[in-house]
Amino acid sequence: MLVAIVALTLLAGLSGLLLGYAAVRFRVEGDPLADKIDAVLPQTQCGQCGFAGCRPYAEAIAAGAADIDRCPPGGQAGVEALAALLGVEPKPLDTAHGVEKPPQLAVIDETQCIGCTLCIQACPVDAIVGAAKHMHTVIAQECTGCELCVAPCPVDCIHMVPIATTPANWAWPAPRAA
Amino acid sequence: MGVLDPLVRLWRFNGGLHPPTRKAPSNAQPARALPPPPRLLLPLTQHVGAAARPVVNPGQHVGRGELLAAADGYVSAALHAPTSGTVVALEARPIAHPSGLSAPCLVLDADDADAWGALPAPLADWRTAAAAEIRRRVREAGIVGLGGAAFPTAVKLAAEPPPNLLIVNGAECEPYITCDDRLMRERAAAIVGGVLILRHALGAAAALVAIEDDKPEALAAMRAAVAASGAAELRVQAVPTRYPSGGERQLIRVLTGREVPSGGLPAELGIVCQNVATAAAVFEAITTGRPLTARYVTVTGAGVHTPQVVEARIGTPVADLVAACGGYTAAAARLIYGGPMMGFALADDGVPLGKGGNCILVAGATELAPPAPALPCIRCGDCVRACPADLLPQQLYWHARAREFERAGELGLFDCIECGCCAAVCPSRLPLVQYYRHAKGELLAAERERHKADLARERHGARQARQAREEAERAARLAAKKAHPAPAPEAAAPAAATATAPASVATAPTAAASPAPTTTDDPRQAAIAAALARAQARRARAAADATAGTSTDAAPGDDDGRG
Ligand code: SF4
Ligand code: SF4
Ligand code: SF4
Ligand code: SF4
Ligand code: SF4
Repeated sequence: MLVAIVALTLLAGLSGLLLGYAAVRFRVEGDPLADKIDAVLPQTQCGQCGFAGCRPYAEAIAAGAADIDRCPPGGQAGVEALAALLGVEPKPLDTAHGVEKPPQLAVIDETQCIGCTLCIQACPVDAIVGAAKHMHTVIAQECTGCELCVAPCPVDCIHMVPIATTPANWAWPAPRAA
Repeated sequence: MGVLDPLVRLWRFNGGLHPPTRKAPSNAQPARALPPPPRLLLPLTQHVGAAARPVVNPGQHVGRGELLAAADGYVSAALHAPTSGTVVALEARPIAHPSGLSAPCLVLDADDADAWGALPAPLADWRTAAAAEIRRRVREAGIVGLGGAAFPTAVKLAAEPPPNLLIVNGAECEPYITCDDRLMRERAAAIVGGVLILRHALGAAAALVAIEDDKPEALAAMRAAVAASGAAELRVQAVPTRYPSGGERQLIRVLTGREVPSGGLPAELGIVCQNVATAAAVFEAITTGRPLTARYVTVTGAGVHTPQVVEARIGTPVADLVAACGGYTAAAARLIYGGPMMGFALADDGVPLGKGGNCILVAGATELAPPAPALPCIRCGDCVRACPADLLPQQLYWHARAREFERAGELGLFDCIECGCCAAVCPSRLPLVQYYRHAKGELLAAERERHKADLARERHGARQARQAREEAERAARLAAKKAHPAPAPEAAAPAAATATAPASVATAPTAAASPAPTTTDDPRQAAIAAALARAQARRARAAADATAGTSTDAAPGDDDGRG
């Protein structure tokens, strides 16, 4: 009796271990490393890294085809986060791709807009609303500040403005270290 | 009565302090009703939640109690004129906030009449009124938690399922603060009436008013008012004086012995907490139709001539409050909005009293522990013993200091009520609460950024999927025509453009640029041509202005080649 119980328990335990191992070993996923890298990238989708968005850059990093220092919106903190994720030494941001800027937002001067829809076609996150020949507006919560809409505008009526600090988004500063 | 029966004993929370209460100078004389100041400043955000939406224009005359700004969204609060007068501006003014920053305010110049405007009719018999009707009136009266949290009261009244117990907080545990004490002594009947209305609106079985036992006069007045009301489902309970017994979680622990789960709300235990002053404001709104336009506030400290409680209009500048109490003394050194433990320093006495403002403390130079130079943590553990939220302040401090905010979050950082007990006992005088506030801010900012990035990722993905679908449809249409000899390569080219992602974002605008003008009618085209010419001229001018121009002006020229 006792032998049977012990044997069955052992068997159950062993098959459990085996199943657990198999689940880990043979897990099917998209590109898990690229997913993790993409999760760290800021999703501004600005293309300054030389790729058409954050996901392609993430895939390039995962494939070893691009270095981790090419994303200006992520800034130095972003490079460090990537370095920590990949277990490599952090390096300074490569300013050839642009410099880190304070967070900003596109604003359309609606009195000048001619409704050509070019900015809508440029916006990587569909943050601009407006129909052909009508004035256009940026949805502030959805704009990533990528600047891609600025260049196509034929009348130069899109401006990037820094996001202001207000009591609503202000945060306590760190105390002076002791 | 059933729910109140088990409450034969009180419990205690861990930690806490007995700081010198220093309530004596300000609670000795009756609260004095102040006349409205000549100019009132009314921030559109005096509450937790979305800013109120202004419904008046500069130049407009309003009577006291008339709506100035309506609640905008579910968690928001309306704002009413605290006196009659003329709205002179809607502009950014410094507000009572630790940042010292400005926020949109309505500026109201008082006339001398101080006359009520049109008010909603009182609710004749609230006992038979529907809960939803009471909630609506509380919401429209702009009532928020007056104990300091300023959370919109109507939102808390929508607790579902109906709670068992309504706890009405009259503990007022923080040193110096005495406005609830005076209110309970002077307006006990209104508070009791408000508690009964709140209990009815919530559908709660019973209500308990908790008062610290160092306020015998308030306890007596409230007990008399309850007896006079004849309400059986309401009881006044004295609780031991120990800071911070007025904290929501701590008070629930003392009264019921139950623990609000980490990250949870009292509603999960079937409990709703309200402040005594909030109850009085509800009574006023329901039985007279008058919205929240004034509150009791303590003006105290060695830096003010006559410490006292005053009934002041919302929006009264702090300078006017201090002046009404005899002005600053020579000792005045620090101006604090709120109490000495949980308040924050004001850099400017021009900021207005908000709905949640319960105390203006003008501290003398030696009155509060000076922010002495901090020494390294000696791991004495005093802070752990003092923490009423059962946290490990020392661990939170180490992680916050090392910028390991995630780790601090895992250790319950958001259960910290910022009571300051840990900092008060710390022999190294570390500014512990400031570390926690900073760490919370960093975590919340990271959370916001993550949320925004997720949204952008999602929208970018949706856009790419849509573009791919459109290209596929176009390719299918072209293939279906089969009129031309070589449709296949044309159809394949755009599809390939989206498939090889690197070029898609940048090609989209240029590819689409040409068809757009051709589809427009002639006058429109002329207008566009004119606008283009204007823009071109502007660009030429900008180029001529050497390279001084920055970012936006220079960007179009630089980026044109990206496609
Ligand atoms: S530079 Fe950074 S934010 Fe811009 S697309 Fe590349 S990865 Fe995304
Ligand atoms: S609105 Fe302009 S700046 Fe904002 S996300 Fe769209 S393209 Fe980028
Ligand atoms: S590109 Fe400029 S002109 Fe055209 S719709 Fe956008 S904002 Fe208006
Ligand atoms: S009380 Fe101060 S010194 Fe003692 S363990 Fe806590 S933080 Fe460190
Ligand atoms: S401030 Fe936070 S950590 Fe410190 S004693 Fe209070 S609840 Fe505990």
